[in-house]
Amino acid sequence: MPFPASPPSSGSLVELRNVTFGYGERTVLRGLSLSVPRGKVTAIMGASGGGKTTVLRLIGGQAQAQQGEVLFDGQDVGRMDAAQLYAARRRMGMLFQFGALFTDMSVFENVAFPLREHTDLPEALVRDIVLMKLHAVGLRGARDLMPAQVSGGMARRVALARAIALDPELVMYDEPFAGLDPISLGTAAQLIRQLNDAMGLTTIIVSHDLEVTFGLADHVVILGPGAIAAQGTPDEVRHSTDPLVHQFVHALPTGPVPFHYPGPGVAQDFGPPGGGLA
Amino acid sequence: MSWWRPSDVGFAVRCKLADIGMGARLFVRLLRLLPAAFQRPGLVRDQVHFLGNYSLAIITVSGLFVGFVMALQGYYTLQDFGSTEALGQLVALSLLRELGPVVAALLFAGRAGTSLTAEIGLMRAGEQLSAMEMMAVDPVRRILVPRFWGGVIAMPVLAAVFSAVGVIGGWIVAVGMIGLDNGAFWSQMQGGVKVFGDVGNSVLKSLVFGFTVTFVALLQGYTAKPTPEGVSRATTRTVVMASLAVLGLDFVLTALMFGL
Repeated sequence: MPFPASPPSSGSLVELRNVTFGYGERTVLRGLSLSVPRGKVTAIMGASGGGKTTVLRLIGGQAQAQQGEVLFDGQDVGRMDAAQLYAARRRMGMLFQFGALFTDMSVFENVAFPLREHTDLPEALVRDIVLMKLHAVGLRGARDLMPAQVSGGMARRVALARAIALDPELVMYDEPFAGLDPISLGTAAQLIRQLNDAMGLTTIIVSHDLEVTFGLADHVVILGPGAIAAQGTPDEVRHSTDPLVHQFVHALPTGPVPFHYPGPGVAQDFGPPGGGLA
Repeated sequence: MSWWRPSDVGFAVRCKLADIGMGARLFVRLLRLLPAAFQRPGLVRDQVHFLGNYSLAIITVSGLFVGFVMALQGYYTLQDFGSTEALGQLVALSLLRELGPVVAALLFAGRAGTSLTAEIGLMRAGEQLSAMEMMAVDPVRRILVPRFWGGVIAMPVLAAVFSAVGVIGGWIVAVGMIGLDNGAFWSQMQGGVKVFGDVGNSVLKSLVFGFTVTFVALLQGYTAKPTPEGVSRATTRTVVMASLAVLGLDFVLTALMFGL
């Protein structure tokens, strides 16, 4: 799916340096280093459980690196106090996998929420901004609906309108294409590209959808077990010789990422007691 | 996990201490953010309406039936001593000192407490609290604090309604059904109930129960595992913990208020 690439820009808005992070005894990221260039769409891809969403949580300060630094515009997110972290978050927008809309508020009120919380704008101006954001995602007419009345794809577009309500510099998308029909999927991809270019955003997408993401992203990072397996332009990644990247890009069931979860052998589970398979 | 291994016992104790510490920190934050709550009184007002108004029906109906039963039981007992004219006083004192605050708090825990826990727990499960954090909005300040102070305000009002309706229920049975003298019923009550000693203590008790039940409900919701099972367990814990806390505190408060 072709989307026009954004103009080149210099410097990184987000940088991870030798980041290690784990949940309990399970280490998810081991010494991960990556840069997210300003003004570009960067896609983070990889096998499930590989730490893609964790990277977003680290950038947003919802989790803290056990080792290493997570820099947002040159400042270490892990060392920020609450006020600095909240100031940094006002410059970010995040789209959660299922939208995370406030279910007791209408579509309009959801988008107006960050404006009401962070500004003292008059109601007429709030209304105009909300309708502009909803117009940008094609849902101006759905302003009075409740989240339960909109489809999954629409919910994500509402969440996108909410994420860009305060005109952030960085927008992070966690699986924006999961479970969408082809029309919604194409619309979502086009929106991400258009918003990135029109608003001068920096975008990070975590996704499994190869076709759409490769067509959309300027820079692709494939995460292997805890570290980067490959990165570069979509074409460079597509032609990578790394076995894990090859398996991932060609959707092969076997390779470095095994189909079967580690466990006892087949003979042990299904064979006769004390012997192999009959 | 085996309970006889010292390392496992130590780990369990450490986890429990961490939970208590987290609860204590949350409680202090809820108290410290009182001024923030009243900077936006509309949020607290909405919660007083939600928690109070929606609990009103169960509180009123329960109060009425408790008043009925109090009057019947009291009449049969007082009859043995030939002092049935004191029934009004008995009903009012029982309701104000004990049944009003305690039963209203137990009903509040079952009706509003579970609703609070489920609401907060489902917000966590649906990533709404995370979304709020990513919008640079503190969920404790925006979601928990208005609910906490809404519950604290609503509880004494509900307890007062419970007691008032209970007294009316007692009057219906005593005067309407049994045929006691209307004047004796009210004058005995008026003479025997002290404003500060009885009504004041009743309000104080229900305030303490309001703090307790609402805090337990919010804590359980906020720390619930973000799964259907986690929210369900948190809701159950709210009822069990809040009810036990109310009954335990009632004993302590009664002992302090009435001279042990």
